[in-house]
Amino acid sequence: MSAGNARQEPVVTREVGRAHGLTDGEFDRMLEILGRTPSFTELGLFMSAWSEHCSYKSSRIHLKGLPTTGPQVVQGPGENAGIIDIGDGQVAVFKMESHNHPSFVEPYQGAATGVGGIMRDVFTMGARPVASLNALRFGPPAHPRTAYLVSGVVAGIGGYGNSMGVPTVGGDVAFDECYAGNILVNAFTLGIAKREGIFYGTASGIGNPLLYFGSKTGRDGIHGASLLASAEFDETSEEKRPTVQVGDPFAEKLLLEACLELMAVPGLLVGIQDMGAAGLTSSSIEMAARAGNGVEMDLDKVPLREAGMSAYEIMLSESQERMLAVVTKGREEEAMKILEKWDIDAAYVGVVTTTGRVVLKQGGKVVADVPADPLAEGLRYDRPSARPGYLDAINAVDPLSLPQPTNDKLGQVLLDLLASPNIASKEWVFRQYDHMVRVGTVTRPGEADASVIRVLRPDGTAKGIGLSVDCNSRYCFLDPYEGSRLTVAECARNLAVSGVRPQAITDCLNYGNPEKPEIMWQFIEGIRGMSEACKAFNTPIVSGNVSFYNETDGKGIYPTPMIAMVGLIDDPTKTVTHAWKGEGDVIVVLGKASTDLGGSEYLKVVHGKVAGRPPRLDIDAEHRLHQLCIALADARLVRSAHDLSEGGIGVALAECCISASPAIGCEVELKDGLAPVASLFGEAPSRALLSVTAENLEKVRAQAAAANVPFEVIGRTGGRKLVVKGLVDLELAPISAAHKTGFRKVVE
Amino acid sequence: MSSPSRLRVAIIQFPGSNCDDDALHVLTKVMGTAASFVWHKDTSLPDATDVVIVPGGFSYGDYLRSGAIAAQSNIMDSVRNFAGAGKPVLGICNGFQVLCESGLLPGALARNSTLKFECKDVFVRVEGMPTPFSSAIPAGRVLRIPIAHADGRYFHENLAALESAGQVVFRYCDHAGGVTAEANPNGSIGGIAGVCNAKGNVVGLMPHPERASESILGNVDGRQLFESLLMSFEGKAGGKQ
Repeated sequence: MSAGNARQEPVVTREVGRAHGLTDGEFDRMLEILGRTPSFTELGLFMSAWSEHCSYKSSRIHLKGLPTTGPQVVQGPGENAGIIDIGDGQVAVFKMESHNHPSFVEPYQGAATGVGGIMRDVFTMGARPVASLNALRFGPPAHPRTAYLVSGVVAGIGGYGNSMGVPTVGGDVAFDECYAGNILVNAFTLGIAKREGIFYGTASGIGNPLLYFGSKTGRDGIHGASLLASAEFDETSEEKRPTVQVGDPFAEKLLLEACLELMAVPGLLVGIQDMGAAGLTSSSIEMAARAGNGVEMDLDKVPLREAGMSAYEIMLSESQERMLAVVTKGREEEAMKILEKWDIDAAYVGVVTTTGRVVLKQGGKVVADVPADPLAEGLRYDRPSARPGYLDAINAVDPLSLPQPTNDKLGQVLLDLLASPNIASKEWVFRQYDHMVRVGTVTRPGEADASVIRVLRPDGTAKGIGLSVDCNSRYCFLDPYEGSRLTVAECARNLAVSGVRPQAITDCLNYGNPEKPEIMWQFIEGIRGMSEACKAFNTPIVSGNVSFYNETDGKGIYPTPMIAMVGLIDDPTKTVTHAWKGEGDVIVVLGKASTDLGGSEYLKVVHGKVAGRPPRLDIDAEHRLHQLCIALADARLVRSAHDLSEGGIGVALAECCISASPAIGCEVELKDGLAPVASLFGEAPSRALLSVTAENLEKVRAQAAAANVPFEVIGRTGGRKLVVKGLVDLELAPISAAHKTGFRKVVE
Repeated sequence: MSSPSRLRVAIIQFPGSNCDDDALHVLTKVMGTAASFVWHKDTSLPDATDVVIVPGGFSYGDYLRSGAIAAQSNIMDSVRNFAGAGKPVLGICNGFQVLCESGLLPGALARNSTLKFECKDVFVRVEGMPTPFSSAIPAGRVLRIPIAHADGRYFHENLAALESAGQVVFRYCDHAGGVTAEANPNGSIGGIAGVCNAKGNVVGLMPHPERASESILGNVDGRQLFESLLMSFEGKAGGKQ
């Protein structure tokens, strides 16, 4: 090809390739595919499509082992979002995605556009977004940038999500030193569609026109995917601010409504894809490749924010709120009319071809002509892995060998744990998110272990979807395999204790630099654990995202495989929340306690250590607990339920007391025979704390026995104190104060 | 006017409205009225419209003052005429902002004193004004209704005049009905959560009654506003007014 170019593009050499993130091997592969030296625009296409962010080149061979199928799965990984059947001719469409690096560089816009991006992924498949979650990780509260980052990220998530009218119904916020130079912002959105109303990003039908609509294309976000998301951070990271996009939620709200209106017209749209990472490049390449077709586009027709943009800039721009659709030939005007109603910029920019190639023209000349398949297919690396040397020493630490607080100090330790920003109330965060719009929020954030929303069946009756997002990255650091098993287990447990049946997951796998064998080992171990747990709980992975290079100055974050789990509850009025519901109810612990202080919040708060071994998950025992909790909720046999996790039974009891309004105390006795700190703050999994009326106690006991789940009555609700016989005797007011103010102190 | 249960309610849709679906759901599925959407570009309301609701959201993105651009849209001329004829108009949240910007309601709504978006339950005291949306609720009753806004700080240059004209319809309060600084979530003057026009037929409030109208969502206090509306029409049908 004579890549004629009026704009005097730079000549592509190996050095230019390197400067754009292509290794010499990748450069050679590109030459081999093209059979010639690429134009500068073509280099841009290759480097974007082959970036870690877009191609999953380091993770792909490992992701293959994950369970992704099941009777509930309508669409597994590989599309814009995953889809499960929720009955009644309806499907749930959901995905989680990271926006870590942009949010660290520019917290408000980084987080806002992360929310915008995940919402587009969901509505581009034909679903109306109905609920969002987010999982955030920040550096230590005392770090000088933490308050600024927390405030900016939370405001950005709220600013975008609130304007979109999609409730943010739950989430997870935690702090650790390992995130000081590399925060995590993982955003999840779930939408509901009709089973027969699903859309895919496919360029089918030779001769069908390509419709660009949404915001105009500008120079923002160029290299977002390739440079910002696919490289480590260092002291120059601030200079990458221009690679962060700027969000316009109003534009996206119009885009959402217009898309759903276009999709509601039978046969009008053939395929549609949003322009996310690598913008027009990835949307055009992926749509062509999925259909086995080609596309030809005239870049002069693309709506531009400013004149004089080169083909390279147009193709790599990550301007937000843009879509590319394939319209049925002959119905161009019909589609345009709907976009005019919503005052949305739109232009027909190209056509579907038979060639299997993406051909771009500018100024009447061909500026790029590349095969779609090898770009969409990307690269695959089997990177070396090695178990990190530091693990042996750190695993060998026995938490009980450290000095333990005397029994008279345990009350204060409990207050310290409740005030730890990891455990303290996240009300400061959730008040900034509209969590009630769409009149479907059954549980307020923090009210139950799962976030339950109402979904209306076509006949107008209510059913429920339960959501949970979690990751204990300390466990994953100490043992990536066990940690990710525990993470999946906790998500499922959060749903089950609330009465929700787990169905499927989406994930955001946040790791360090995959070119380091230790990081690759963490990743592979994490996948292995996740895979095993998902199989056991029958919760296949239907979508997700891998975020590597979460490092600053060579120091990686703890492995953080964030899991969001989606489940169903037929009757949302059966949802079980934390709070004690009255005085005199019997308090029951399901599951077996053990000395699990490795990687615990206790160890961190009291001793400042992340060490030891995480708990060992007995996956069958865990699964039995889930089945029991779901059955008990369905039979309305429990008044409250809370899983036992960070901070152990001490923290769980306190939360059940102060969640009640007004607060209700309790008096319990722990007879597990463990050391007091292990008994109170141990984090053994597969356990739940219930309150049950005296009347229903024997029924619950019988069901637990039948389910082979350990059952123990530990006390009763009531009074104005939290009393754990011999260990804790606290008024409720200081408990409430510690829990309420612990987080606010970080940011105010 | 038709039978109360088939009240014809027009819900105005601006670009960026996002509580339009919620209002429609509650007005039709919960209250049983014949509610439908009216597009902002339309130049007239449907024939025989009984009530207009301006729902919440972020009209035009609220990038200028909240509600300022929506107030200039085509449909608002019809809404002004409708209100001028003494018919009931309710603005919720962004709808309240739009009605203030349109001159249909007194005062203005500024950025919350917290400078943050605030989404939570608040208590409001019903001040006993005879508007269609409050006349059936006893004066002094405390309702728990959620708020969700960044620009909800009500301001009026002459609070005393507003009060003496009987235009304060709802005030933020504590659970016992006390109007205190602590119970005021956004710094509104006089703890004002909702006001009406001089005639009392146009009402705006920042809290979202439509979010507190179904037991499955744990709260039905907000439904009292809509029940009051239905009763005001029953009253007319019975010739009481």
